Amino acid sequence: MDFAIGEDRQMLSDTMSRFLAKNFDWEKRLKVIETDTGFDRDLWNELAELGVLGALFSEDVGGFGGTGFDIGTVFGEVGRAIATGPFLETLMAGRLLAAAGETDALESVIGGEKIVTFAHQPAHDAETGEESDVTASGSGEDWTLTGTKGVVGYIGAADLIVVTADDKAFLVEAGGEGVTVSDYKMVDGGAGGELHLSGTPAKLLAGVTAEDIAAAEAAGIVALSWEGVAIMDQLREQTLEYMRTRKQFGIPIGKFQALQHRMATLALEIEQARSASINAAAYFDKPERDRFSAAAKYTLGHVGNLAAEEAIQIHGGIGMTWELPLSHYAKRMVMLGHVLGDEDEHLSRYIALMQAA
Amino acid sequence: MNLEFTQEEQDFRDEVRAFLKEKLPARLSDKVRQGKRLTKQDMEEWHAILNEKGWLAPHWPEQYGGTNWSVMQKFIFETETAMAHAPRIVPFGLSMLAPVLIKYGSEEQRQHYLPRILDGTDWWCQGYSEPGAGSDLASLKTSAVREGDHYIVNGQKTWTTLGQYADWIFCLVRTDSSGKKQEGISFLLIDMDTPGIEVRPIKLLDGDAEVNEVFFTDVKVPVENLVGEENKGWTYAKFLLTYERTNIAGIGASMAAIERLKHIARTTKKNGVLLADDPLFAQRLARLEIDLENMKTTNLRVLDAAGKGGVPVAESSMLKIRGTEIRQEIGALMRRAAGRYAQPFVSESMEEGYNGTPVGPEWVGPVSSQYFNNRKLSIFGGSNEVQREIITKAILEL
Ligand SMILES: Cc1cc2nc3c(=O)[nH]c(=O)nc-3n(C[C@H](O)[C@H](O)[C@H](O)COP(=O)(O)OP(=O)(O)OC[C@H]3O[C@@H](n4cnc5c(N)ncnc54)[C@H](O)[C@@H]3O)c2cc1C
Repeated sequence: MDFAIGEDRQMLSDTMSRFLAKNFDWEKRLKVIETDTGFDRDLWNELAELGVLGALFSEDVGGFGGTGFDIGTVFGEVGRAIATGPFLETLMAGRLLAAAGETDALESVIGGEKIVTFAHQPAHDAETGEESDVTASGSGEDWTLTGTKGVVGYIGAADLIVVTADDKAFLVEAGGEGVTVSDYKMVDGGAGGELHLSGTPAKLLAGVTAEDIAAAEAAGIVALSWEGVAIMDQLREQTLEYMRTRKQFGIPIGKFQALQHRMATLALEIEQARSASINAAAYFDKPERDRFSAAAKYTLGHVGNLAAEEAIQIHGGIGMTWELPLSHYAKRMVMLGHVLGDEDEHLSRYIALMQAA
Repeated sequence: MNLEFTQEEQDFRDEVRAFLKEKLPARLSDKVRQGKRLTKQDMEEWHAILNEKGWLAPHWPEQYGGTNWSVMQKFIFETETAMAHAPRIVPFGLSMLAPVLIKYGSEEQRQHYLPRILDGTDWWCQGYSEPGAGSDLASLKTSAVREGDHYIVNGQKTWTTLGQYADWIFCLVRTDSSGKKQEGISFLLIDMDTPGIEVRPIKLLDGDAEVNEVFFTDVKVPVENLVGEENKGWTYAKFLLTYERTNIAGIGASMAAIERLKHIARTTKKNGVLLADDPLFAQRLARLEIDLENMKTTNLRVLDAAGKGGVPVAESSMLKIRGTEIRQEIGALMRRAAGRYAQPFVSESMEEGYNGTPVGPEWVGPVSSQYFNNRKLSIFGGSNEVQREIITKAILEL
């Protein structure tokens, strides 16, 4: 057993952390989240140059990492800085490009020249009130896609779109024939949008199976878990710091036992979440993957909400202000629960897996 | 024991319903139901409608424009208006200041201010909290020094809700710092147009600016604006806070919100299954409804006791805690129901008359904003931690 993250990953983590501290400080973040795209393209390119995106993929497809712990390392730093940008989309879409041997496209993504997003989850159809998804028709080299995908991250800035349909995956050029995007801002400062396709020519990502798509989802959950735990750490640290300095009734509020016990519980829960994220990364390429993936996303949702709510509550009024970074961490934390399924969905999934075993 | 409405109470409920059906503008109830932003005019419009009927201030004595309703009638009125998605009454003048003036003010003050609250001439805001005085309100520092027939006020208030609209602010100010901190506080009414007052908005995490900082620099306030006696303000302030607390519990609002949540659960599918049929979601919803049903009766027991002259200190704190927890949990479940569509933030969609393409189910627009904004419920009106302190001291005898 070895819980050390490893020298190379430690270096990556240090580099990323120094870079973000210097180039993505709070002022910068506040500016970036007011923009339509929700992230800074120049910064993205610099991160790519630092090798941040390459770390998400294995050597045989042009990266230099790609394990659960590599992914975790990168996303831990994303969380610490609550950086915005298509990190998750790059990871998930990139894996499918890799699985299809689309190394040219992947190279342009890893290098930062092209932005890719991942259009996976169905949209809501206002007419029927049901979910509506994209369907594929065609054969061989000749495919078209029709339908809608919902809440596609950073779609407004994407050059390439990896679209899932009927357990297959396709590559679509943004701005091409039959592609319409309605984009919007997101609660946590990033951006997203709805993707409408009608008879859109698409390139089949040959060889990609439902299992590859499931593996991409699992990779996404590893990423979100590590990002989430990093945010929880921030919420806890910032709250403890505030408890040491904020005085009411003549003493620091950290001296009130009622609050001490709440933070002790939170500290315990965060360690549980950290273990869940380690499990998810460790079993990410093993047969137990789905069980630990469901467990991690459930834990992330449950502890994440607790961390966000307690952090705001214990700050009092100041915790609700835009000016305080903490409120932005809390928003990002809660929103992570809405990406790739919330705690209830993953608890159900866990129950189903348990019953099937 | 009997929990049924009497015939008179049933008749009263029908009367309230008929009134709402006739007089509550659909424009306003639609906005409230859809969680859109209410403007100052919206709130004033509803106040005026209620005032015309004589129902704007049910808890005031009849001689000043109240209704002389029983506690049960007030409860019926509160829940019926909330269930009909009427705007909430802006509490600062009507439910906070007025009871203080009625109990502790001079007859002149009552004659002057109360009618202006009713007819909407004066919009009031509450100047209690300061940067250094939140839970420990009695440590407030904003000072009022007597000079001839004026007080000169210096200091800062904060978190002043809707202060940007206010004509007047009722303030707790320090008039004596020699003895116990509670014994040097006075209750002062200040015209927001007085030179030396500056209001600065505070942007909250949902992007809206509903609270403000209010700065006072050598603000001259006539001595007749003092309520009650100098240095007795703490007594009045605490009296006001009990009113505020029960108000925040918002049982009527929760009843309306749960109905809406159930409707959403019956009509929204996630992964092909109606939320109402999803055992995990259904369980959360059921727990919430059970809690609210229990609290309705707890609330009636408290109201009944208060009506018979009891002083339900611990109980009003219990209602504040559980009432706000329920409201927050409803918000959390709405967010869950929204699924991934809780993420888009389309600020314009919260304005009246927005006709852009809806993103996701038509009800999701304000869901996340409301969830985050509702964090305030367990912070203000005395935080829920402070309420637990009150319960501990009042009844636990530890
Ligand atoms: C949206 C909003 C609107 C508001 N509107 C108004 C308004 O219109 N007018 C007005 O005057 N005020 C208003 N307030 C202020 C509100 O009353 C204060 O925020 C509240 O009293 C808490 O004070 P604080 O924010 O300074 O937190 P603090 O008092 O600093 O508390 C920080 C944390 O410590 C906890 N704590 C404090 N003391 C104890 C203790 N003894 N034991 C255990 N825990 C403790 C608190 O519960 C809280 O969790 C508003 C606040 C908000 C958020």
